[in-house]
Amino acid sequence: MSSSTSVGTDEHPAVVLTGITKRFPGVVANSDVHLTVRRGEVHALCGENGAGKSTLMKILYGMQPPDEGTIEVNGEQVRFRTPSDAIKAGIGMVHQHFMLADNLTVQENVVLGAEAMHGIGKKARARIIELSGKTGLNVDPGVLVEQLGVADRQRVEILKVLYRGAKVIILDEPTAVLVPQEVNELFDTVRGMQEQGYTFLFISHKLDEVRAIADSVTVIRRGTTVGSADPKTVSSRQLAEMMVGSELPSPETRESTVTDTVVLDVKGLKLMTPDGSRPILDDVDMVVRSGEVVGIAGVEGNGQTELVETIMGMRKAGSGTITLQDRDVTKLGTLARREAGIGYVPEDRHRHGLLLTQPLWYNRILGYQTRKPTARGVWLDTDGAKKDTERIVADFDVRTPGIDVPAAALSGGNQQKLVVGRELSGDPVLLIASHPTRGVDVGAQALIWDEIKRARAAGLAVLLISADLDELIGLSDTIKVMLRGRLVADADPNTVTPEDLGSAMTGAGSTSAAVQETSVVEEGEH
Amino acid sequence: MGHLRGKLLPPALAIVFSLLLCGVALVISGANPLSAFGAMVTQVGKGTTFIDIVNSTGIYYIAALAVAIGFQMNLFNIGVEGQYRVAAVVAAVVGGSIVLPTGIHTLVIIIVAALAGAAWAAIPAILKVTRGVNEVISTIMMNGLAIGLSAYLIRRDVFGELRGNNIRTAEIPESGWMPGISFGGGGTMFGFIFVAVALGIGYWVMMNKTRFGFELRASGESSTAASAGGVNAKKMVLVSMLLSGAIAGLISLPELLGRDHTFSLNFTAGIGFSGIAIALLGRNHPGGIAFGALLWAFLDKSGLALDNVGVPREIVTIMQGSIVLSVVVAYEVVRRFELASEQRRVGRELGTVGGAA
Repeated sequence: MSSSTSVGTDEHPAVVLTGITKRFPGVVANSDVHLTVRRGEVHALCGENGAGKSTLMKILYGMQPPDEGTIEVNGEQVRFRTPSDAIKAGIGMVHQHFMLADNLTVQENVVLGAEAMHGIGKKARARIIELSGKTGLNVDPGVLVEQLGVADRQRVEILKVLYRGAKVIILDEPTAVLVPQEVNELFDTVRGMQEQGYTFLFISHKLDEVRAIADSVTVIRRGTTVGSADPKTVSSRQLAEMMVGSELPSPETRESTVTDTVVLDVKGLKLMTPDGSRPILDDVDMVVRSGEVVGIAGVEGNGQTELVETIMGMRKAGSGTITLQDRDVTKLGTLARREAGIGYVPEDRHRHGLLLTQPLWYNRILGYQTRKPTARGVWLDTDGAKKDTERIVADFDVRTPGIDVPAAALSGGNQQKLVVGRELSGDPVLLIASHPTRGVDVGAQALIWDEIKRARAAGLAVLLISADLDELIGLSDTIKVMLRGRLVADADPNTVTPEDLGSAMTGAGSTSAAVQETSVVEEGEH
Repeated sequence: MGHLRGKLLPPALAIVFSLLLCGVALVISGANPLSAFGAMVTQVGKGTTFIDIVNSTGIYYIAALAVAIGFQMNLFNIGVEGQYRVAAVVAAVVGGSIVLPTGIHTLVIIIVAALAGAAWAAIPAILKVTRGVNEVISTIMMNGLAIGLSAYLIRRDVFGELRGNNIRTAEIPESGWMPGISFGGGGTMFGFIFVAVALGIGYWVMMNKTRFGFELRASGESSTAASAGGVNAKKMVLVSMLLSGAIAGLISLPELLGRDHTFSLNFTAGIGFSGIAIALLGRNHPGGIAFGALLWAFLDKSGLALDNVGVPREIVTIMQGSIVLSVVVAYEVVRRFELASEQRRVGRELGTVGGAA
């Protein structure tokens, strides 16, 4: 079952992990992990969140020492105490969340911390330009990082590890922030570099991508490697079943439950940048009906976040109206809108959804501090909050030893289940779900999808924002494409493909009959 | 269990550490640390020291509560110092110029003091809410203004009068006093101490049982999550700053109502700054603050004994400083440790559950 540890006679594999075990008091994060990465291949590591991928990568990158087992790089056994030991051995890591200073230039970001290699002047610049070609980065090293798009930022991250002499590059969920077209570009870059002898360890749970790019796949489940597969022959479904060890859920909703009752009606919504120079939301019109899921597709940073925050009242619209069940809520604050029946699953549960150091039941009160069962007038009802938290923990399968543990102690999927459970309580009429299953494991994802479908069938109106196009297509009754603050196209989820959506999202124009460009009246344009 | 340990361990560690530090400082300066500490402890039983400590504790307690309300939502009200000074002079002027029945007179002075403190705090609060001015800067500047304003108000051509070589406001008539509890030679305990205790209880109830306390704590924990949860950040800044200022306004009342009955040049300054240290020490918890205030008062009052054993009294200041510094460090260390152990505990308990699933 586990990948072979037999070593080629003439050429040593780039990385061999043998019998890696890492225990934290009470839990075994990794047990007896075997992983062999041949030189010059793209090796994918798949597993659910919490399966132990990150721990394994931390061990390989020198951030934590293993309790048992050995690491071999190019046939030599090594022992990493710090990431700089790993970097010296030629291993580099590109983190999922970019670690770049926006207000520094590309060159400054690359050189930062590695000043001893080529100085900070012309020599460094020459080296960066030389390496830029390999990563497909076509910008001057003097450009500020804040002016770069997401894909280019990622290239800067790759450039950073190349500059430090990495031959084996760990890519941690590199496609999470990219649209399909950018993913293709990244894959071209990876293949190009592969030909020049670089080795990649590609961590992902997007299985189609794994199959597209990887030469071999190792699956990790519950802290141990459960097998490897040939991506040329295995199907995504088979891979996923290896990951979760059971039958897979699918996001597809069956019959339409859309009614004629308009719940949310947004008209002419406009929002300007703080300096008033350009619109973030430009004349957005949208209707969400009872029993309907309206999905918003778009590359991140095209106004989706702002749209949600404006509907929630966290940002003040420049003009336009927001009507909830025939009631004008444009002038109301966030709390009043919540009381009017909006549930809100924010895109970043750590920043917007939870009080991390507070117990679960205390988090139940957030957003419901004026309502039953968590409050009575100006007084909190802590007993009511605790009781209702118990209900959420039971109904939404939140895996926790109790409701008194701090929210930070739960895994991402369980935190998200708690947030979804909270936002679906109190009978909302509208649920705004921003990336509701981002960074959660397959089990939690299935549960969250089921709950959204169930609430929709019961007449809930849902506004769904997601970067996961399969989720968007699978759950939505209507899809709208957002580009530069405008809703530019409508798509039919029954016929549209992720690729069609992708090109509409980047403004490449519709290539499919499933995507209908919204007729935008360009008034007063010169 | 672990919860309690996380709360009590850091201050205990910090106090031990700062005792050691001061011991070393004493040894270097050529004194015997044991006899110095011994002198401080025995001083408590001498003369009026014990009641002095109690009175001082009450004053520090109110000051620290005022600071703690702001701290709960990461609002640094450095201006408690100025707020209580302005409140003291306004309360003394008003109290000395009105005639009211006993009791009601006292009550009016208390309300005036709270309103004056709140009004002084309102300026930085409004600046922050409307213009985004950092409250640290503005409250520090307001402290400077408060000194000037109070000096102006007690000029002889304004509200002041010359008594001996001291300038002061008109004395508050006896109807406006608040009686204390006399212990004869042991001193007199301020009646306002009971108000301080009530404030502490009220603070606890507000923080733990009311919607306002929830919104305050949520804002302090994560302003982004609070705003997504419908907490109006501007309103919270305004209300908590006004409340902080109102309580700050009460700081000088134990002395004003119980002993001095006038605002003079002998005004006790610096309590607002001690309040910041004590709030840090007590982790904004009403019980912790009480302990911190007691410790502070003890160091202040029994430190007087150090002169008798030939040790400079300033060693107390070193001790206060090192306690605050080490407590901040110790809390952070213990907090990280606790969070990590909590995560491990959850992992462990779920590891058994997960195995069966």
